[in-house]
Amino acid sequence: MAALINVPARAKRGDIIEIRTLTSHIMETGFRHTVAGALVPRDIITSFTCRYNGAEVFRADLFPAIAANPYLSFFTVAKESGKFEFEWIGDNGFSSTASASITVE
Amino acid sequence: MRRARAIAVVALLAAAPTLLAGGIAPEARRSGYAFMGPETRAMQDDDSSNPGMLFVLDGETLWTRKTGGADKACADCHGDARSSMKGVAARYPAFDKAAGRPVTLGQRINLCRGNHQQAAPLPYESRDLLALSAFVAHQSRSVAITAGDDPQLKPFVEQGRALFVQREGQLNLACTNCHDDNFDKRLAGAPITQGQPTGYPLYRLEWQTLGSLERRLRSCMTGVRAQAYDYGSPELVALELYLMSRARGLPMETPAVRP
Repeated sequence: MAALINVPARAKRGDIIEIRTLTSHIMETGFRHTVAGALVPRDIITSFTCRYNGAEVFRADLFPAIAANPYLSFFTVAKESGKFEFEWIGDNGFSSTASASITVE
Repeated sequence: MRRARAIAVVALLAAAPTLLAGGIAPEARRSGYAFMGPETRAMQDDDSSNPGMLFVLDGETLWTRKTGGADKACADCHGDARSSMKGVAARYPAFDKAAGRPVTLGQRINLCRGNHQQAAPLPYESRDLLALSAFVAHQSRSVAITAGDDPQLKPFVEQGRALFVQREGQLNLACTNCHDDNFDKRLAGAPITQGQPTGYPLYRLEWQTLGSLERRLRSCMTGVRAQAYDYGSPELVALELYLMSRARGLPMETPAVRP
């Protein structure tokens, strides 16, 4: 599944940086019915985590009221050069990962 | 007095051909973008927050994936889409010689799949077809729309225009009643736009997904309580063609975001 990650390529040590993520997911609420009356089973992302060189810096739980293709933006402090790893986990064994590098001067 | 009236009549007659030709003068044409709020505009402008770009990314993957009996990818014939597909979507729907009528970009992709890849056509509004269409149309971003210039298309543009001004449905409204005569006003709190199809396939927040111009036209028809034409029907293609020719000169925005 496609994901769009926006992490600044470079930052000064101690800078507060914004990280923006957008991922593909239908986020089916589980409250809707088909024309025939059958319940459409819930299919959502339930959790998102961001690790910065292995240490968790941001985590979010997601719920049925969140729109399709969830967009999350958050802030962290640029401490050292390295890698951000992103992971989305959801219903029906959904799992998606992405990563982005940063150079800290 | 009589003279003034005569001048007024002459002025009206002089204005009539331009009114009939497009309804909205070229310099007065405005994309739906101009009718949106600042938040939705910001969402479209930033490629890392525009959800339509997720589909463009998927389309880029499909572009290079081999498929069908011929085991060929789009890229095997067309190469780098950034150069080969630039400006293409701005010319669609385009005349297809074999069919003898215009085809939409989505139909062209399926014709290519059938003729050159020996692959099954992708269903209308399927994720793969929307993704490929969005990827191809994205290459024309900011290119001015020129669809309908081909002289062979003239009768089909005329057919589309006739459908555009024809009242239909239980509400007995024609497209022109809102999109030529009453744009800039509001319908139940939502702005009425000129209906310029500059950014299709586009991401509608209401749909929570990408959708084609045909889907948009069908939901407008349902809105006036008319029986919507089927996907791919000659009427919908003619309407799409007329709308694109009516938007002549506006830049492409694919993938646009709309509320």
